[in-house]
Amino acid sequence: MGLLSKKDANLILDPLADNNPITIQVLGICSALAITAELKASIVMAVSVLFVLGIGNVVISLMRNIIPSKIRIIVQLVVVAALVIIVDQVLKAYAYELSKTLSVFVGLIITNCIIMGRFEAFALGNGPWRSFLDGIGNAAGYGLILIIVGFFRELLGSGTLLGFKVLGDPIEKTGLYAIGYENNGFMLLSPMALIVVGIIIWIQRSRNKALIED
Amino acid sequence: MGLKQNLHNFRQKNKDKKWLPAFSAIHTFLFLPNETTHNGTHIKAADDLKRTMNTVIMAMVPCLIFGMFNAGYQHHLAFGEIQQATNGFFSAEFWTLDNFLVGFWKVIPLVIVSYVVGLAIEIFFAVKNSHEVEEGYLVTGMLVPLIVPIDTPLWMLAVAVAFGVVIGKEVFGGTGMNILNPALTIRAFLFFAYPTWMSGDKVWVHGAVEQDQLIAAGQNVDAISGETILGSLAQGKAAGYEVMDMFYGLIPGSVGETSTLLILLGALFLIFTKIGSWRIMLSSVVGALVMGLIFNAVVSSGWITESSKFYGLMSTEFWHHLLIGGFAFGTVFMATDPVTASQTTKGKWIYGFLVGFISIMIRVFNPAYPEGVMLAILLMNVFAPTIDHYVVQGNVKKRMKRLKAKVA
Repeated sequence: MGLLSKKDANLILDPLADNNPITIQVLGICSALAITAELKASIVMAVSVLFVLGIGNVVISLMRNIIPSKIRIIVQLVVVAALVIIVDQVLKAYAYELSKTLSVFVGLIITNCIIMGRFEAFALGNGPWRSFLDGIGNAAGYGLILIIVGFFRELLGSGTLLGFKVLGDPIEKTGLYAIGYENNGFMLLSPMALIVVGIIIWIQRSRNKALIED
Repeated sequence: MGLKQNLHNFRQKNKDKKWLPAFSAIHTFLFLPNETTHNGTHIKAADDLKRTMNTVIMAMVPCLIFGMFNAGYQHHLAFGEIQQATNGFFSAEFWTLDNFLVGFWKVIPLVIVSYVVGLAIEIFFAVKNSHEVEEGYLVTGMLVPLIVPIDTPLWMLAVAVAFGVVIGKEVFGGTGMNILNPALTIRAFLFFAYPTWMSGDKVWVHGAVEQDQLIAAGQNVDAISGETILGSLAQGKAAGYEVMDMFYGLIPGSVGETSTLLILLGALFLIFTKIGSWRIMLSSVVGALVMGLIFNAVVSSGWITESSKFYGLMSTEFWHHLLIGGFAFGTVFMATDPVTASQTTKGKWIYGFLVGFISIMIRVFNPAYPEGVMLAILLMNVFAPTIDHYVVQGNVKKRMKRLKAKVA
C-alpha cells in the first residue's frame, strides 16, 4: 500500500470484513432488505451511498470545528439531505425506471443509520482525508453485502443477473428450465433477504471466531 | 451375541473417530447400545426420545398407507378409468392393488428424498460439531411427504428439506432447540417459493400437471381438474363431495392429510400412549368450531351476501371445517409437537385454541390459498414462549399473593 499508510488503509479495509456495517454492526438493514431483489438496484444503491457517505464525511469533517455541538444532528441531516437530493435528481434524470424501483429508498438514505453513525463517530473527530477514506470504506462494506445479497436473490429468484436471463428462459423453457428447474419465489420476498444476510453473518463468524460475541 | 457384539466392539474401537456419530445414529436406530449411565440419579422410563419418535411415526403409518391408495384412486378417478367408490371407506373399488401401486411409486420417492436429505444434513452437523445425531428428524421426515401435494418435484422437496432443517432447526442448535416446527417450515418454504406447485387445481391429483403441459404443447387430451374442497369453496362453488367422503378421506388433497378417520385413529393412539397432548388437540378443535360458528352467524345475520368472495367458505357448516383441508392433520401431528408448542398446561389450552381459531380465520380470508393451518401453527409456534412466560408469571403472582396473605 504505497499510496496509503497502514493506518489509513485499515480505514478502508476494516469495514469491508471484520467491522462490516451490516454483518457486524447490523446497521442499514432496512434498505438491505428492501431493494436487494435485483442486482442492478443493489449496485445503484451501493454507489449512491458511496457518494453520499464519501462526500458527506468530508463536508462534516471540514465543518467539524465550527458546528455547535448542540445542533450538530440538524447540521448533519442538512448535509445528508442535500447530497441525497442530488443523487435522487440524478437518478430521476438519467435512470428513471431504476429510480422507480428504488422508490422511497433513495430518499431514505437520509435515515440510513450507517451515515449518521459515521458522521457522529468519525467525521466529527478526524480530518477530511481520513474521514473520506472512512466514508468510502464503510459505504463499500455496505455495498459489498448489498451486492452479494442482490446477486443471490436475483439469480435464484428471477433466474437473471442485471436483467440477463443467465439460467435460460422460464417461458420458452430453455436452459435449466428445460429440465424442470423453477425460480424460487421466496427469494423475491424480503424475509429471504434477512435469511441471506443471516447466512453471510453465519459464514463470516464461523471463519473468524474472534467476531463471535458471548 | 454375534453381530450385536461385533457392532459394539467396532464402536468401542473407533471411539474417537470423527465419523462415529454417523455410525452410532444408524447403530442405535436398530440396536440398543451396550451402555448404561454411570453417574447421577436418573428417572428410569422406557420412553426415550427414540421411543417417542417411533410412536408418532406408528401413528402416522395408517395415514401414509391410506394416502397411497387415495393417490391412486384420485388419479384413476380423474382420468375416468374407474367409477366413484360407492361404499366410501369400505368399497372394494378403493382398496385395489392398482390404486396402491400408483400411489406407492409416487409417495415412496417423496419419503426417501425427505429422509435422505434431512438425515444427511443432520449427520453432517453432528459430525461437524461432534455430538450424537438426535432423533428429531425421524418424525419430520415422515411428516414432510404427508403434507405435500403428490406431484411435488423431488428436487424442490430436497431444496425445501435442506432449507427447513438448516434454517428451521440447526441454526437454533438442533433438535429440541428449534422455535418453528421443521416440517411446517419446509412446507411453508415450498408454499412461498413454488406457489404454483402448492396450490391450484392441478397439483393434488397425480398426472394433472403433466396433462396440462401436454395441452399447452398442443396435444388433444382432456384437462384434469382435481380441485380440493377448500379450493372449490373459496371460488364459491359447491364442494361436490359427501360428508362421509370428507370424513373417510376419499378427496383430493396433500398425500396424508385427507382421511379424518385415520387421523382420529392416530390421535387416539397418541393420546393413549401419552405422547401427544390431548389438551392442545381438544382446544384447537374448540377454537376452530368457535371461529366456524362466528362465520356462520355472520352469514345468517345477512352481513355477507352471496356476492362476497368470502361467502363460500363462511357459509360452510362450521363442523365441516374439521373434516376438510389439513386442519385435522395439523392439529393432531404438528400443533402437538412438544418442542414448539406451549409447555405449561394453561398455556397449552390457550395455544391450542388460538391455533384452531386462527386456522379457520386464515382459511376464510387468505385470498391466495384457502388453507390456514400451516400458517396458524407457525404463528403460534412463535408465540408459544410468550404464552408460557405469562402463564408462569401469573402463577408466580398468585403464589406471592398467597404468601403475603399468610405472612400478614
